[in-house]
Amino acid sequence: MSDTPLLGARGIVPPSLPVRAPLGAVLPRLDLLRARRFVSPLVLVLLWQAASMAGLISPRTLAAPSTVLASAWELIATGELPRHLLVSLARVATGMAIGVTAGVALALVSGLSRLGEEVVDAPMQMLRTLPFLALVPLFILWFGIGETPKIALVALGSAFPVYLTLFSGIRGVDPKLVEAGRVFGLDRAGIVRHVVLPGALPSGLVGLRYALGSAWLSLVIAEQINATSGIGFLINDARDFLRTDVIVVGLLVYALLGLSADALVRGFERRALAWRPSLVKG
Amino acid sequence: MATDARDVTVRGLTRRFGDNTVLDRLDLDLAPGSFTALLGRSGSGKSTLLRTLAGLDPAPEDAAIRVPASVAVAFQEPRLLPWKRVWQNVAIGLPGGGAKERAERALSEVGLARHRDAWPATLSGGEAQRSALARALVREPRLLLLDEPFAALDALTRIRMHALVLDLWRVHTPTTLLVTHDVDEAVLLADRVLVLDAGRIAADIAVDMPRPRAHGDARFVALRRRLLSELGVEAEVIREAA
Repeated sequence: MSDTPLLGARGIVPPSLPVRAPLGAVLPRLDLLRARRFVSPLVLVLLWQAASMAGLISPRTLAAPSTVLASAWELIATGELPRHLLVSLARVATGMAIGVTAGVALALVSGLSRLGEEVVDAPMQMLRTLPFLALVPLFILWFGIGETPKIALVALGSAFPVYLTLFSGIRGVDPKLVEAGRVFGLDRAGIVRHVVLPGALPSGLVGLRYALGSAWLSLVIAEQINATSGIGFLINDARDFLRTDVIVVGLLVYALLGLSADALVRGFERRALAWRPSLVKG
Repeated sequence: MATDARDVTVRGLTRRFGDNTVLDRLDLDLAPGSFTALLGRSGSGKSTLLRTLAGLDPAPEDAAIRVPASVAVAFQEPRLLPWKRVWQNVAIGLPGGGAKERAERALSEVGLARHRDAWPATLSGGEAQRSALARALVREPRLLLLDEPFAALDALTRIRMHALVLDLWRVHTPTTLLVTHDVDEAVLLADRVLVLDAGRIAADIAVDMPRPRAHGDARFVALRRRLLSELGVEAEVIREAA
């Protein structure tokens, strides 16, 4: 298993941070290929900067990239950004811990027993058709406007993708492998542990990635609810002062958080699913 | 119904799927340490019989079935768990201590020692099937059930697998039942060939030819022809195919 997806054909290759060529360690051709991907975004940013400097874009509409950078630096230097970032991270982490745990538990119950499926699956399938963000008004009534509704929203947003993918993963395990497990002396617990769960893991991890996306989305919405801290608060607060530069910084932070969380799961995937033919031969 | 002996006894085994009677009051005896081939057309019930002996299908109440306590199966597909390394696949379900050593010994026996840490997805069809054989043998089964394990292999690999199975059978002497639809394979390997038709044993033929057997041998040809006609393939078809 090599760590160089040379042609970038597999999955979304995230634009890793600005490429500082490790002095001749990488083939120059590869650098060129990588660099090419960054050309058009760079041109766009330059155009944006030029338009701002020419006065075509008013700072009230959108701050210039240079201003955004300066504000980002300032927010980091004053410790304001790290503080809000930690709050947001804690919300996502808590919410996801609850949501993923619930999703996994429910998927196990309904995936591993017929009775469980009858009891759990029907309500889950019904609930999932509900756009969960529409529950915000109810959540405010139930949980007030503190941390609880924010965490609950993240939990809800991440539970469903995990449940749905893991459930279908469990049910999709090759019955022939289950049968082989039985012939070779595995009891029910052994079959679940050695056959069913590893077999369901790939689709469960896809669900985890969906859950991450959903969790960030929930966080953005949740942090609009009377927040006094967090990236969402930073953005809302900036809106009141027409600070489009700070708003853009907040958006960038959201984007970076989403990207790094996704990269984290994919890194785990690469280790945990090393047995998959595509990775083995890759 | 499970015993310590190596012999197999089946009396009055009937299996129906809907209106279709797959096995019809079938009787079967396998002598300890014998190598028996079970021939039959598709849908003749040979796999059903094997699954019943393996305990994969529940035995009907009214049938008397006696099989050894330790039974191992090699299926048509290797059925290795793709997320476990080859040796872990072989060791699956083995009780604790020394499982890894036993698995490695079994893998050396089938010539796969250097692949013990490989992922199943990297094995060729023959290697995967040899791992499956190792997984069956590591349990020292008294009854070894082979469900068309060579059907999906290429011709050359199949020849090598035939030799390997015979070697392993000589060393471990499990009572062996090979389910196949390949007449040549049956005559090449077994001491005794059974033909299953309409849910009963339609023919029971001893093969007393010394091993290794050659396809060109006159007795081989005669026995092959006889079995083919038992299976409903007429002489003209055989000549045409030749």
